[in-house]
Amino acid sequence: MKKPFAITLDPDSALANKTGAWRTERPVYVDRLPPCNRECPAGEDIQGWLYHAESGDYEAAWRHLTRDNPFPAIMGRVCYHTCESVCNRAKLDAAVGINSVEGFLGNEALRRGWQFESPAQESGHHVLVIGAGPSGLSAAYHLRRLGHAVTVLEAGPMPGGMMRFGIPKYRLPRNVLDAEVKRIADMGVTFRYNEKVTQLVEAMRDEKADACFLAIGAHIAKRAYIPAKDSSRILDAVSVLRSMEEGDKPLLGRKVAIYGGGNTAIDVARTARRLGATDAVIVYRRNRESMPAHDFELEEALEEGVMVKWLSTISSADEGEITIEKMELDEAGHPQPTGELETLAADSLVLALGQDIDMSLLETVPDLTFEEGRVVVDPETMMTGHPGLFAGGDMSAGERNVTVAIGQAKRAARHMDAWLRGANLGPKSEKAVADFDRLNTWYYSDAPKTIRPKLDAARRTSSFDEVQGALTEDTALFEARRCLSCGNCFECDNCYGVCPDNAVIKLGTGQGFQINLDYCKGCGICAAECPCGAIDMVPEES
Amino acid sequence: MTQPIKFYQTGTFTVGNRLLPPEQRSVQSSIARDNSLNSGHRACQGCGEALGARYAVDAAMRATHGRLIAANATGCLEVFSTPYPESSWQLPWLHSLFGNAAAVGSGIAAALRVKAHKAGQEQSDIRVIAQGGDGGTTDIGFGCLSGMFERNDDVLYICYDNEGYMNTGVQRSSATPPAARTATTMPMGPEPGAEFGKGKNVPLIAMAHEIPYVATATVADLRDLEAKVEKAMSLHGSRYLHVFVPCPLGWGSASCDTIKLARLARETGLFPVFEAENGQVTDVTTIRRRVPVEEYLRPQKRFAHLFGDPGRPDLIARIQAGADRNIERFGLLGSQTSEAS
Repeated sequence: MKKPFAITLDPDSALANKTGAWRTERPVYVDRLPPCNRECPAGEDIQGWLYHAESGDYEAAWRHLTRDNPFPAIMGRVCYHTCESVCNRAKLDAAVGINSVEGFLGNEALRRGWQFESPAQESGHHVLVIGAGPSGLSAAYHLRRLGHAVTVLEAGPMPGGMMRFGIPKYRLPRNVLDAEVKRIADMGVTFRYNEKVTQLVEAMRDEKADACFLAIGAHIAKRAYIPAKDSSRILDAVSVLRSMEEGDKPLLGRKVAIYGGGNTAIDVARTARRLGATDAVIVYRRNRESMPAHDFELEEALEEGVMVKWLSTISSADEGEITIEKMELDEAGHPQPTGELETLAADSLVLALGQDIDMSLLETVPDLTFEEGRVVVDPETMMTGHPGLFAGGDMSAGERNVTVAIGQAKRAARHMDAWLRGANLGPKSEKAVADFDRLNTWYYSDAPKTIRPKLDAARRTSSFDEVQGALTEDTALFEARRCLSCGNCFECDNCYGVCPDNAVIKLGTGQGFQINLDYCKGCGICAAECPCGAIDMVPEES
Repeated sequence: MTQPIKFYQTGTFTVGNRLLPPEQRSVQSSIARDNSLNSGHRACQGCGEALGARYAVDAAMRATHGRLIAANATGCLEVFSTPYPESSWQLPWLHSLFGNAAAVGSGIAAALRVKAHKAGQEQSDIRVIAQGGDGGTTDIGFGCLSGMFERNDDVLYICYDNEGYMNTGVQRSSATPPAARTATTMPMGPEPGAEFGKGKNVPLIAMAHEIPYVATATVADLRDLEAKVEKAMSLHGSRYLHVFVPCPLGWGSASCDTIKLARLARETGLFPVFEAENGQVTDVTTIRRRVPVEEYLRPQKRFAHLFGDPGRPDLIARIQAGADRNIERFGLLGSQTSEAS
């Protein structure tokens, strides 16, 4: 082609000009760990399942959730949802109601009859699980998912463990518990009740088990020496809560004193109120700040008329009354007796001083070590000193609650699977946390402030059956959409739209985006305008 | 339940939203967008003008089903997009002189009208836009622009306002804000930078012509900008769109801050975003999270002489007073009280 004066190039599209050569930094898509996920004791991918819930695909959300935890309906009622305390949205208006959405998904699954899929392939291994509490059930579920044949041996007549004998009905209706356990049985897990294992080594041999997960709950009530007349009525919290499930209701009388400061003490006090006690008084030797019970449970109890005697110990019990001694805190903050006594009318006294585990079945197992009434396990793999024997739940160290037990059992199940296959999982790769500072919060709609009280009202419909109300589909969808998706792309198209050089390639729904490095000049607008902080700017090597 | 179900996690602030039905999504979120100004152009890193031009022209292309011709004034937009013989434009595009983009647009519209009449049609289905920077619009091309308005020629004129002659080395234009440093308004003397009380507000002048449609927009609010282009293309006669486009080079700002600065210009009240029909303001975009002007000024080196020790708090106060005047004049806080953050 003949070119005009002073022209050396042919007419062309500017696409020939690869402006990517100007770049000193390149955008890189990253997945960061949302704070909620990091906090979850059960290791749930909360941001991941909320993502599905946001589009109204509740079944996908439920399936995503149950990869880590088979009990969303139970969790929605009893989990202490520490996830919400670290939610980045709390810095904007209020934390996302993760727990309430989880409960909604659980209810939805029960309503629609969603089932777990049976494993695609059988591994040929047989695993024994001792105890059908939250830990044993979680382990059984995860081991079954991984293709192992699982037999659960339970000493009691029913599954659930402390979820049944420790958590009152007004917090966890039994039909919900039964339905979520049944779903695990339907995967092909064998449950045998009323089978107390007395010698573990023999039990494993008799059952031809390749590995065993020990998840025996702490069912033995701790006692304290209290001088008492024969006519005084003293019970322990475990048997009070247990008798709510089996046989006759416990006879507590009109005025009930409860000794202890944990969640169990509060459960007993609230149960006593529901059984008709006019006075339910918790006697606790320290003050509110040092009470191990969760604050919201105490609040709910106080709203229901439960009373608390702070800084008090019980020095003796008599018919119809107990004597309590006032305490005061010393300089180190420890309670010290003052010698000042008073009497308190009490038809019965319930001791809620903690629980121990019956470990007699382990007496003949070699290579085990014990510490403070618990079996010592490798904190990473949850395996005891005896090869193939793993332990979790109340048996191992850590906070004793349902969610922690479920999470430990999941970890144990994955390591048991690796052990059975002769493999090693290796250390978990820890992703960087999605901090609030990385978010560009401009892009999130203000969730109208009128919404929260409505939700709160829905959550707190006071009734004898279940204190905590459930979300409807509308409110659950709204609540799910309040999630900021911290650190994980949610395909808002901002990077694709804001690039002045068209250097972001949109791959299509679910596929995310890619940078066209031929043209990306490295201006960084995509990273600055990413709402959820899922783009890093990384220096180019010179 | 009175739940506002239209709450889509990110509302309408983000470019796209997977939860919205496709027909409600922005032009820019679509894989099928025209990319009228394509990759390979030579604009600086983080250029607001390149971004604004693609936003506006892509929206016009969608509104006209691709039947669109553009006339372009001299300036950055012309130089970085089309160094002969290469071009980044993917539509019929014409550059003539610095000052005559509006006249060229008028001429194209006239020619299309004649061709349509000869073909026995009432009007052509091909539409015309003319575009330029603030220099080519508010200064050099102002006579042609006013003439186009006055004759009510069927052209949408889009001004990409980056507040100076950036292509030739950052000189002052009649759109340069007070106190800003440019090559011709150096930061020295008692009143450093550009003078207060000078320059002109072309959107208000366009309104004074009582043309069918006048609007302002920023690159920080894509949905608003696209809606205004679509509205403009639904009308005939002279229309004017004034788009605020930060310039990292001329303003001395970080290339990644382009959209943030456009957002702050609106949230401070320094750049009122509104639309007007036939000389009457019909709608304003209210401020969502009001911020003091310092937050907008501080990241820009062209205002660096206002800060430091002792700085010029008196001049910052005068700039703030200007923003407050805009807020009052256009009702930028709406009926609700501002949401402090």
